[in-house]
Amino acid sequence: MSEHISSVTLYVSIWLALLLGTGLTVFAATLDLGPFNAVVALAIATTKAVLVVLFFMHVKYTHEKLTKMVIVTAIFFFLILVALSMADYATRLWT
Amino acid sequence: MHTSPAATDDHEAHDNPALLHHFATAEQQKDAASLGMWVFLVTEVMFFGGMFCAYLVYRYWYFGDFGAASSSLNLTLGTANTVVLICSSLTVAMAVRCAQVAKQKAIVVYLLLTIVLGLAFLGVKAKEYKDKFDENHVPGQASFHLDGSIPRHPDIAVNQRHAQIYFSLYFAMTGMHALHMIIGVGLFVFLTYRASKGAYGPGYYTPLENAGLYWHFVDIVWIYLFPLLYLIDRHP
Repeated sequence: MSEHISSVTLYVSIWLALLLGTGLTVFAATLDLGPFNAVVALAIATTKAVLVVLFFMHVKYTHEKLTKMVIVTAIFFFLILVALSMADYATRLWT
Repeated sequence: MHTSPAATDDHEAHDNPALLHHFATAEQQKDAASLGMWVFLVTEVMFFGGMFCAYLVYRYWYFGDFGAASSSLNLTLGTANTVVLICSSLTVAMAVRCAQVAKQKAIVVYLLLTIVLGLAFLGVKAKEYKDKFDENHVPGQASFHLDGSIPRHPDIAVNQRHAQIYFSLYFAMTGMHALHMIIGVGLFVFLTYRASKGAYGPGYYTPLENAGLYWHFVDIVWIYLFPLLYLIDRHP
């Protein structure tokens, strides 16, 4: 088995980064950024999710390319769901 | 884990009893199991995705009411639970690593820690649910009432019907998430038992790895639920 084994230091660093992100998102919620409150919150959440997927879920080190394609497919179809739904619901009051 | 006589021609079958005969190598077998798990997680993305999409639609329509309802949640407990879940993701990652480096006893320790953290999360969640029942913030109750006004508009009272939609989504999304946590804790109880029998090591730890993928996915769902449910319109 030529499996990649991540170091304890890496796992602890990712853990600390995730805790930092949690603190940051709670702090950012107390600031009045107008419409950018949602943007900042989602940007921090996505950064945390990417860290989890790449390092805790070992996607950065996988040699199976299909795994990455499956993940991109999931994101793509979720974005279709959101984009087409919002194209309807968000524009109903437009005149 | 048995090896058929035909597979004994394959030299890898000799040193890895976990290798099934229809796979060429242990690596291929592990990749197949991992890919299958990822395809399952895609169906989970679409499952939670529907609820996230419903949330976005109603947040857009009932913007202020959602802000008022969100602020009624307990931010301290929500943040504490986020920290608990992130810690449990670390302990799972460490459990898998211990299998990779053949530390059999440490696998059991990290899995037990994960179970404790998972139960802590569920305990805090139960306390939050109880508070919502005590405060009459449960949608569908005749006594439902959310006091207060829309954020930054002290003259506009909260629309009770819109606030109930927020709490419907809150209970549906955190409830489905909690159900996934309960299933995850069940999986880890089984894996702890198997690990204590020495079932997992560098040659074979696929069940551990795949349960880990599931647990990290549930963590990611919470990473998005936390800001969307707890943190909207918190600023003055």
